[in-house]
Amino acid sequence: MSILIDAGTRVIVQGITGREGTFHTEQMREMGTKVVGGTTPGKGGTTHVGVPVFNTVAEAVRATGANASGIFVPPPFAPDAIMEAAANGIELIVCITEGIPIQDMIRVKDFLRGYPRARLLGPNCPGLITPGVAKIGIIPQRISSSGHVGLVSRSGTLTYEVGTALTAAGMGQSTIVGIGGDPVLGLTFKDIVEMFEQDPQTTHMVVIGEIGGSDEERAAELLAKGSRLKTVAFISGRTAPEGKRMGHAGAIISGNRGTAKSKEEAFKAAGVAVAETTDDIVGLLR
Amino acid sequence: MLADELGKGEGEGEGDGDNDATAPQPSVKTASGRTAIALHMCALNPERARPQPVTRSPDRAAAAATLDLGVKLLEYQAKEVLASLGIAIPLGRVAHTPDEAAAVFAELGPIAVKAQVPVGGRGKAGGIKLASSPEQARSAAQQIIGMDIKGFKVPLVYCESALDIEREVYLGFTVDRDARANILMLSAKGGMDIEQVADESPDSIARLYPNPWRGPLDFELNQLVYEAGLGELARPLSALIKKLYRAIPDLDAVTAEINPLVITKKGEIVAGDAKLETDENAVWRHKDLEERYGSLLIGDPYEIEAKKRGLTYVSLDGDIGIIGNGAGLCMSTLDLVQRAGGQAANFCDIGGGAKAEVVENALAVILMNPRVKGVLINVFGGITRGDEVAKGIVTARDRLQMKLPLVVRLSGTREEEGRAILRQNGIEPGASAWEAAKKIIALTRAGSSGLPTPASPDLPAGRGGR
Repeated sequence: MSILIDAGTRVIVQGITGREGTFHTEQMREMGTKVVGGTTPGKGGTTHVGVPVFNTVAEAVRATGANASGIFVPPPFAPDAIMEAAANGIELIVCITEGIPIQDMIRVKDFLRGYPRARLLGPNCPGLITPGVAKIGIIPQRISSSGHVGLVSRSGTLTYEVGTALTAAGMGQSTIVGIGGDPVLGLTFKDIVEMFEQDPQTTHMVVIGEIGGSDEERAAELLAKGSRLKTVAFISGRTAPEGKRMGHAGAIISGNRGTAKSKEEAFKAAGVAVAETTDDIVGLLR
Repeated sequence: MLADELGKGEGEGEGDGDNDATAPQPSVKTASGRTAIALHMCALNPERARPQPVTRSPDRAAAAATLDLGVKLLEYQAKEVLASLGIAIPLGRVAHTPDEAAAVFAELGPIAVKAQVPVGGRGKAGGIKLASSPEQARSAAQQIIGMDIKGFKVPLVYCESALDIEREVYLGFTVDRDARANILMLSAKGGMDIEQVADESPDSIARLYPNPWRGPLDFELNQLVYEAGLGELARPLSALIKKLYRAIPDLDAVTAEINPLVITKKGEIVAGDAKLETDENAVWRHKDLEERYGSLLIGDPYEIEAKKRGLTYVSLDGDIGIIGNGAGLCMSTLDLVQRAGGQAANFCDIGGGAKAEVVENALAVILMNPRVKGVLINVFGGITRGDEVAKGIVTARDRLQMKLPLVVRLSGTREEEGRAILRQNGIEPGASAWEAAKKIIALTRAGSSGLPTPASPDLPAGRGGR
């Protein structure tokens, strides 16, 4: 088992004919992901990197029965692409695009409330991979190996770094999920932790958070209620400088949460081991 | 209005919060602990004008979010924007010199001379002075222009007529990251330290989460005003809040704050101060704003230079330069350097798919800071190819004639090829990020006496006061 994605997941790539869409579609197919089609308005009816291209997600879903999508379209068009996917019944939407204006994402999140079956991962995320089985996004297959560790992270490069370390130590992963670094996101740490908790293949978990927001604290609160997983958390940014902030509005609503200290304490309070450096993660997980 | 700001320090209270996604409870944080809050946005920079790739680095935006970098307008610019939205502002003029400040006095009479910097706490730093004569205006401007406020050299002052204050309220909006929504906030307790108000009497701040597609409805605004205990001003305040809200859909504002919002003795409602921050990720659809205010970058000269080169760069206070790819990796590298007993002087995120040219640019900017005694490069290649990065490092080092200690930790895609290139060129790759961090600290300590610092006459001068 795994979470979110497996051998049966039928994937389309929105923005498949672009440079990144092309490259990563090839990478996804290379590892066996069932990429059943792609969309690029105006290029419907053609074939690109071996898969059929459609003008709309509606056409693609009708023709292929796709239930997941990877979005590789530029920021001005990505919000619409997410909503198009949700409105057409796609259940897992992975938005790789970085640089979407925050107000657009706030509207998208509101729109998604009308489509409770649609789960959004990202934006500004590396996607997810079930090692040896399938992936949507840009996580290199090479950093992963199949096993029992659930890995969830906000940072792309740290995901790769920790995935590599786990793999080198012989600790394979059930699924690796990059939730993305934007302030307004789809799936959160808490959502992913819940899924790992219910996945029989997963016995261990690594949570890689960073300063800002309080998603890590929420995941820690969930773990504090009891968990069957052996979990290690790492928070980057403990020495990052304070912001040069102007107003008070942010402080009024965010309080003390968001600091590395707050996050580490929340995990410790939940009985989760907190790694000082990424190098310590493997040792703590054993 | 001014007196409050003049005497007001930043709040020092401690507090904590326990918010729920749907109903955030207010809480206070210390001014000194104001990390990371939340909002936003987007990477440093202005490169949005260019055609946009789908990814730069998977988590580059996070750096900005956590380090709190956005497009912050100066007070007078924010007030111009408010005025364009139909909100009343006091009479005021910008002055670049003491003579200009004296001239503004001649035109407006008694004025407050206010430092224009994109950071809070200027009153406490002596950046606001009242002038009741042309001489006082001149001397206030003399003292304030050029002053260093939290690392920002004051380029100009804004001279503004004092208001005849009846009462002061607080009005603002921001992005509530946990609720994934905009939040409008209104309080009758304006002017004073609003964070303290939030701590001591959270109920005195009324809140509204407007629907992001249609904005706040009239009854919602009316309710907000009554909940804030300002019912007698329901009509004019509702109208004003509606105008302020336009900054969200029209300008992609992510934070705006009018504190105090002044009710004058004549009953006018005027923005006493203004803070406005817009979304860097949305600059492409607000060319006009960029043209108007984009050239007025002030602050760290290295950050400005990095912006020009399209890099995500942050200045810090130590002596180790750091280059990494991805915000998370950069931040964890800072943590490692500190753990090894050092302090970073700056860091530059070269993002995903970094080409040799980008690496060279990054190294050039990192080396501009004369306090940099050594450089640590930490690159994990997912998309970024190790051989490309290695070539870039070697080229950059040679072209910049870099003589400072350099430690490179290279891993991921084509790491063997990359390491081989480094070795061939006399750069020993670090085994792990932690080993590399320890190595650069050891090398800079050993070399602090003898090694020459890179000197280049055409580089920007160091930041004042550090």
